[in-house]
Amino acid sequence: MTTGIINLDKNKNSSSIMQIKDLICHFSVKSETMFGKKRRLRAVDGINFNVKKGETFGIVGESGCGKSTTAKLVLNMISPTSGEVLYRGLEMTNLKPAKWRALREDMQMIFQDPLGALDPYMTIGKQIKEPLDIHKIGIPRERREKVIKILASVGMEDYMYDRFPHEISGGQRQRAVLARALILEPDLLVCDEPVSALDVSIQAQVINLLKEIQKDRGLTYIFISHDLRIIRYICNRVAVMYLGKIVEEAECGELFKNTAHPYTKALIASIPVPDPSFKKERIILPGEPPSPVNLPRGCRFSPRCPIAIDKCRENEPLLEDKGNNHKVACYRPGEL
Amino acid sequence: MLKQKNAVKEFFRKVPPLIFIAIVWIIAVFLIAIFHKFIMPQDPVATDLVNRLAPPSFMGGDQGFFGTDALGRDTLSRLIRSIYTSLTVAFIGSIITAVLGTIVGFIAAHFKGIVDEILMTLVDFQYAMPFMIMALLVLAFFGNNIILFVILLGIQGWMRFARLARGMALSAQEDGYAVAVKQLGATPFRIYARHIFPNVSNIIIVQFTLNFPQKIIVETSLSFIGLGIQPPETSLGSMMAYGRGYLMSQWWMAVIPGIVIFLTTLAMSIVGDWVRDNLDPTVVK
Amino acid sequence: MHITYFLGKIARALFTMVLVVTFVFVVLRATGDPAQAMLPEDATQQDIEHFRSMWGLDKPLYEQYGVYWLNILKGNFGQSYRDRRPVTDIMAERLPKTVYLMTLSIVFAVIIAIPMGVKAALNRNTFIDRFTMGTAVFGFSMPNFFLGILLILLFSVKLKILPSSGSDSWKHIILPLLTTGLAYIGSYSRFTRSSMLSVLNKPYIRTAIAGGLSRNRVIYGHALPNAAIPVITIIGATVGRIIAGSIVIETVFAWPGVGRLLVTSVGARDLSVVQAIVMLLSITIVTANLIVDILYGILDPRIRTKKGGV
Repeated sequence: MTTGIINLDKNKNSSSIMQIKDLICHFSVKSETMFGKKRRLRAVDGINFNVKKGETFGIVGESGCGKSTTAKLVLNMISPTSGEVLYRGLEMTNLKPAKWRALREDMQMIFQDPLGALDPYMTIGKQIKEPLDIHKIGIPRERREKVIKILASVGMEDYMYDRFPHEISGGQRQRAVLARALILEPDLLVCDEPVSALDVSIQAQVINLLKEIQKDRGLTYIFISHDLRIIRYICNRVAVMYLGKIVEEAECGELFKNTAHPYTKALIASIPVPDPSFKKERIILPGEPPSPVNLPRGCRFSPRCPIAIDKCRENEPLLEDKGNNHKVACYRPGEL
Repeated sequence: MLKQKNAVKEFFRKVPPLIFIAIVWIIAVFLIAIFHKFIMPQDPVATDLVNRLAPPSFMGGDQGFFGTDALGRDTLSRLIRSIYTSLTVAFIGSIITAVLGTIVGFIAAHFKGIVDEILMTLVDFQYAMPFMIMALLVLAFFGNNIILFVILLGIQGWMRFARLARGMALSAQEDGYAVAVKQLGATPFRIYARHIFPNVSNIIIVQFTLNFPQKIIVETSLSFIGLGIQPPETSLGSMMAYGRGYLMSQWWMAVIPGIVIFLTTLAMSIVGDWVRDNLDPTVVK
Repeated sequence: MHITYFLGKIARALFTMVLVVTFVFVVLRATGDPAQAMLPEDATQQDIEHFRSMWGLDKPLYEQYGVYWLNILKGNFGQSYRDRRPVTDIMAERLPKTVYLMTLSIVFAVIIAIPMGVKAALNRNTFIDRFTMGTAVFGFSMPNFFLGILLILLFSVKLKILPSSGSDSWKHIILPLLTTGLAYIGSYSRFTRSSMLSVLNKPYIRTAIAGGLSRNRVIYGHALPNAAIPVITIIGATVGRIIAGSIVIETVFAWPGVGRLLVTSVGARDLSVVQAIVMLLSITIVTANLIVDILYGILDPRIRTKKGGV
């Protein structure tokens, strides 16, 4: 559904719901010494992608690679340094506060830490009802009914309505956060590490719930995770981020089958395998990722890359389509 | 809900006797203030020039429990009326202070930048400028009336609330729930009023319990020096000022209201300290 | 860094003064016609005209503000209409009385409170510690006018050994001194105690004791100087507030100082006097704060190098 305030052209670019163009987000960091220069932390350093309607677009990378910043930029919770975020063709980076708030009906987010995302002093039911109050949807008397309904659809019982966040389990909290996001019937849901704070046994339940809901409601997901197994299970398309840049982007199956970037290869190789008899070639990356304040010359992955050549240390490779809609930013794709 | 009930039970089991007495005293004083109309034995302004300056009944007087003043007015009735006046004025004053300070703190935290700078400079200025002097300056220029007086009392100590509220709001803004609610499309007003305020209200209430006894002292001091509550209305401070003239012969006239002030502020201070030490709001979850 | 630290503090002090003068000016203008507010009701036309020209009341507002500043800087506060004398003369008479009383009270309190606080900190949960904390709570809850009245009842009415009002002999100062002193003792001793406790728990003090330095040497040579900083702050604050603090006490004991002058002037709406006292008082506060800041800088060299101080 869309808001009345903003007329979005749903036909134009109908296949793409969210377009990100040359998005850059730098933060300035205070230096330790008093007269030191303010330094720039390049959290997101020029990324492009399109999210198609109804798909699940995954963003994967290690912590600190800029994926959470990307999530906030997509929803315009922070302003980018430059670049464009187009939602159904609408440029969102300079919205007036009232318009921005109205657009929240269309796009919602669920968070990594469900306990933190819930107000400790308000009952679960009231918190799920709150978006309806904010956007004045329906008449107040009917809102409670609607909350009970949405509670059922995320697999929670009625009596949870009057519980406080600390009185329910972690999995139930994430279901509540999900219910609160869904009650506005958004088109786009950004999931920022939605299960990484949960118990492994609960993770699968929540992931399956997300899949089910997507099927029922035709939602579009942007799914952010560091866990390639989850990404592989839920995503249609995946972008791999390293230090503020997308290094590889492809359909999920293609990415895992014809992995092109050495960094992606290393990530996939590090997935733990339940069967100990299964022998797999492990790729050990030397060193830690460099700090996004102090980036290396050339390709940002070159200092840790086992197959880096001189060219990699001089120039930064661009993200280019190598066919099959498989984009990679590497001079020696698929050689590892 | 059940947990809260247990907490209340636990609370009463842990209360030391001294704190318990103080709580009882505070409740009694509040009940007197609320029901003053029904418990005053006489009209507090009715004069009786025949029976002037009578001693309290326990000292052999026959004109009411606490005797009468130089106009023959019943001291007990005046005391009850004064408790009502002093408590009401101090209570409203404290509420104004808490509301004003909290709003200023939230505004500073929300807008940041230049707004924050200006408001915090004002806070520093208020810290440097004694409240008494400001109050006297305003009273000197504008004359005294009860509304102005209560507003003035409302200014005393606002800067403490402002600093506290600002600090708490700044950290709450980073909390997940505030970010999440903002993301739902809530207006800043809603975020502060419905979410941040309930989350920090414990600390504001503690500050309120510290401010309230101070308010009583400030009100009685100003009334004592003749610049607060004006006759025919009476406050604990103005009763003492009146009694100050009769120290040589009728010492009780100044001492009785003095004891009430002292015991009330003392009780509030020790209960406030005890509550703060035993119910650290940051642990209440 | 020294210079920037001190200059910053001085700039802040001056800025506060500007705010005070502006505040008084605004309040004065907000009353409508300052000539009517400041002069007695029976003022002659000539008086009014003189007043208007002196404060530039016939000029536009910004010029009035300028003239106001000029007069303040020249120390020209006008005349008290009750005494028909320049305000500065009256102040010269009253101020020493207040300074005398309040300085003695603070000295008295410091002499008693600091050893008391140190002793309490060194002997936690003993009688002296409980006594110190009790005094603090007592001083905090006891309105000083009530304490003053109790002392009058005991020493003047019952024992008849000390006078209850006036300032004619050394005997007159004892009761007001005790009253203010006791309130200060409460807050100073509590501050000394808590400050001392936090210093004693610092690793370097523990190391010094463990390393075999004598206990007294550690306490008086290392702990006390470090604990002094917050104590100096609180004393500095009371020094800055001596006039504010004297208002109630001078009324109780009919002590002829600035505090009492302020109360009677407010009651009689002798606004020239009120205005002068407020200015004087702001200068005292700002100067006291400045001195405390500078002392801070000298006592704790770390502060000077931190941007903006503590």
